[in-house]
Amino acid sequence: MGERLLDVRNLSVDFHTTHGTVHAVRDVNWHLDRGETLAILGESGSGKSVSASAILNLIDMPPGEITSGEILFEGADLLTMHAEERRKLNGCRIAMIFQDPLSHLNPVYSVGFQIAETMTAHGQSKAGTRAKTIELLERVGIPNAETKVDAYPHQFSGGQRQRIMIAMALALKPDILIADEPTTALDVTVQAQILTLLEELQQETGMGLLLITHDLGVVAEIADRVVVMNSGEIVETGSASDVYHNPQHPYTKQLIAAIPGNGIMAQQLDQTAPILQIEKLSKHYGAFVALDEVSLTVLPGETVAVVGESGSGKSTLAKTVLRLQDATSGEALFEGRDLVQMDRKDLFKVRRDIQMVFQDPTQSLNPRMSIYDIISEAFVIHPEILDKQHWKARVCELLQQVGLKPDHMYRHPHQFSGGQRQRIAIARALALEPKLIVCDEAVSALDVSIQAQVMTLLKQLQDDLGISYLFIAHDLLLVRDFAHRVIVMQNGKIVEQGPVEQIFDAPREAYTRNLIAASLSPDPEIQATRRIALDELQGANP
Amino acid sequence: MLKFLGSRAIASAISLVGLILLVFFLSRLTGDPTGLYLPLDASEESRNQFREIHGLNDPLLIQFFNYLGDLVRLDFGESIRRSEPAIDVVLRGFGWTLQLAVVTMSLVVVFSIILGSLAAFHVGGVFDRIATFFSLIGASAPDFWIAIVAIVIFSVNLGWVPTSGTGTVWHWILPVSVLFIRPFGLILQIVRGSMITALSSAYVKTARAKGIKNKAIIFVHALRNALLPVITVIGDQAAALLNGAVVVETIFGFPGVGKLMIDSILQRDFTVVMAAIMLTATAIFVMNLVIDILYSILDPRIRY
Repeated sequence: MGERLLDVRNLSVDFHTTHGTVHAVRDVNWHLDRGETLAILGESGSGKSVSASAILNLIDMPPGEITSGEILFEGADLLTMHAEERRKLNGCRIAMIFQDPLSHLNPVYSVGFQIAETMTAHGQSKAGTRAKTIELLERVGIPNAETKVDAYPHQFSGGQRQRIMIAMALALKPDILIADEPTTALDVTVQAQILTLLEELQQETGMGLLLITHDLGVVAEIADRVVVMNSGEIVETGSASDVYHNPQHPYTKQLIAAIPGNGIMAQQLDQTAPILQIEKLSKHYGAFVALDEVSLTVLPGETVAVVGESGSGKSTLAKTVLRLQDATSGEALFEGRDLVQMDRKDLFKVRRDIQMVFQDPTQSLNPRMSIYDIISEAFVIHPEILDKQHWKARVCELLQQVGLKPDHMYRHPHQFSGGQRQRIAIARALALEPKLIVCDEAVSALDVSIQAQVMTLLKQLQDDLGISYLFIAHDLLLVRDFAHRVIVMQNGKIVEQGPVEQIFDAPREAYTRNLIAASLSPDPEIQATRRIALDELQGANP
Repeated sequence: MLKFLGSRAIASAISLVGLILLVFFLSRLTGDPTGLYLPLDASEESRNQFREIHGLNDPLLIQFFNYLGDLVRLDFGESIRRSEPAIDVVLRGFGWTLQLAVVTMSLVVVFSIILGSLAAFHVGGVFDRIATFFSLIGASAPDFWIAIVAIVIFSVNLGWVPTSGTGTVWHWILPVSVLFIRPFGLILQIVRGSMITALSSAYVKTARAKGIKNKAIIFVHALRNALLPVITVIGDQAAALLNGAVVVETIFGFPGVGKLMIDSILQRDFTVVMAAIMLTATAIFVMNLVIDILYSILDPRIRY
């Protein structure tokens, strides 16, 4: 490998909060060489982003405090350097891109201004920056760069915004690029494009790439070496391939075991009367067709997964089935009765049988209600389910069913972790003893190991109670392990549907093949072959 | 944009008609001005003649439609008190008020935005504490009290500035200063809060990662985003000043539209009251429109 660019030695960072001091990073050592890609892998709260923030002086102090260590950039310690000297390095020698490009780009300035600003802030004269900006935008693959240079961030798609962030970061050809979860908010196909772009740019410029991620698939795709972090400490380092095939530390082993995509695919259920039968369901927003004559069935005890990229209409489908919004045309028969035409009274009754688990449990649980209130509200609304004297016992039972403790019922949502909150959301849905649960990206906000626990829980509940799931997700590996049947959507239409084995082992449509090829495998060797397959596919149908 | 302006104009015209209706009939409820203008021993004949001249003998509805008819020709009627067109009287007063409002608000905007932004940059720092302390006092102190105390100290005791009236630059200092205090305190607080949010946002983090200087981070990146809620409050405060700072104008004997309105109501000079209200209402409508346009200039995501 090339020369040593960055050396982080014995770095410890504390955060002083009202609940006491949190040791975010403890005695961390790692280094980055020129031309190399280092991944820092960890789940939320592992401290994986903290050392990167320390490099760019982005930690707010207070509440943060760097208690020990040094960060050597080309031999000079950044932590003892004057603030103005560090500012001159930021964006010029060391640049960074972030997870959510929409919030990380200033909404009120044109992208051209924001890219050119990086150049002028580091002493380049204003003349010529526009031409350079257009050149950069072209390099990162923004079409019509000459006109788009004056557009604002909200006028681009998510993938384009990340390309713009990359253009901004690379404006001054930095020696180090730090990418903090650069593809987490993006669709799989867009993720593949962005990772390819990063690899190409690295080869062009020879920069060192520091990638912070929670996704072993991303590590397999792009990293040379990987540092695994857990609760502020490095538990394992090694080459991407070594760490995947020979994990030493129990945490790493557990992390790899939790990754979906290696289970046995479920067999198709025997044909019975469907619990939900959707016929030519459409939803138009003005001239925009969000849902275009979608037809599907869900059997009792079956999991039907709906996959597709953002904008494919999968969430619209969920909302329309639940009558959170009205369909434009078509019908959705639940046990033979049409949900679309149902009047309020019948709908109220049938809502007991169809429940929903949303993506973000932080937002979908009322922060001012205790867990008991949240779950027992079901009985307030539907008093025929249970007499009041039994409510407490039933809430206890439900909490145990989702793996929480009965005394958790007196707490409030903010006292739980993300995974626990999603369990509460599931317990709330179960309180009504539903026959069908619609899960809209129900586990995508959770860490892999928590995700695995919640998925096991959902599976268990299906086996015990015979619940059907309409499972909306973008994560194909997850779907592969969990679904009986898969429906692939694009632009509001169903492009392909079938048993899970057929979709994953013998997809018929090019779109499905593309989607599967673009999803990342955590195994670096498999990922390398998959990558070649994807390149061929895209060569075949560009 | 044009469509938006048009629909806003129509909406404002409708509310203006409602306002005319309300003010016309409410002011008639205060009583007949005849008694105020003619001597106590005036004959019934001359009283009738006075009513005839000013159209006060007609039924109220007829008076109203006559008034509307004149209004369409932009004729606001004669002032009963001053025997000159009501609109001239009002425009004179409004001129003074407009100057007072523009001078005061310009100072408020400049100082509150700069000081509020700097206070937000180091939350809890010495500068922030001082700015917060004084702005809270400013935002909560009653201006009539400050006005009187200021006259006692600076005019009566120290003799630095005149107590009231207009004429020289010195006459402006006290009214402007007193009117400045409350909106300054309020807007500084809002700028500070809004800037704290903006400075902790993700795009400011990006700017820091890009190596942008602190001055540009505050005044380029954060401020433009933070200004949106601030502008709403600025508009609100400016509207209050345009309405005529009645109390302050009265205390300082400043011949603005607020003082004129109070005097005219007491004198039952209906035409002047109506004209004053319509003019200020129109001014406030125009200002709100300017604020909407400013919004869309500051934030490209807002398009009408």
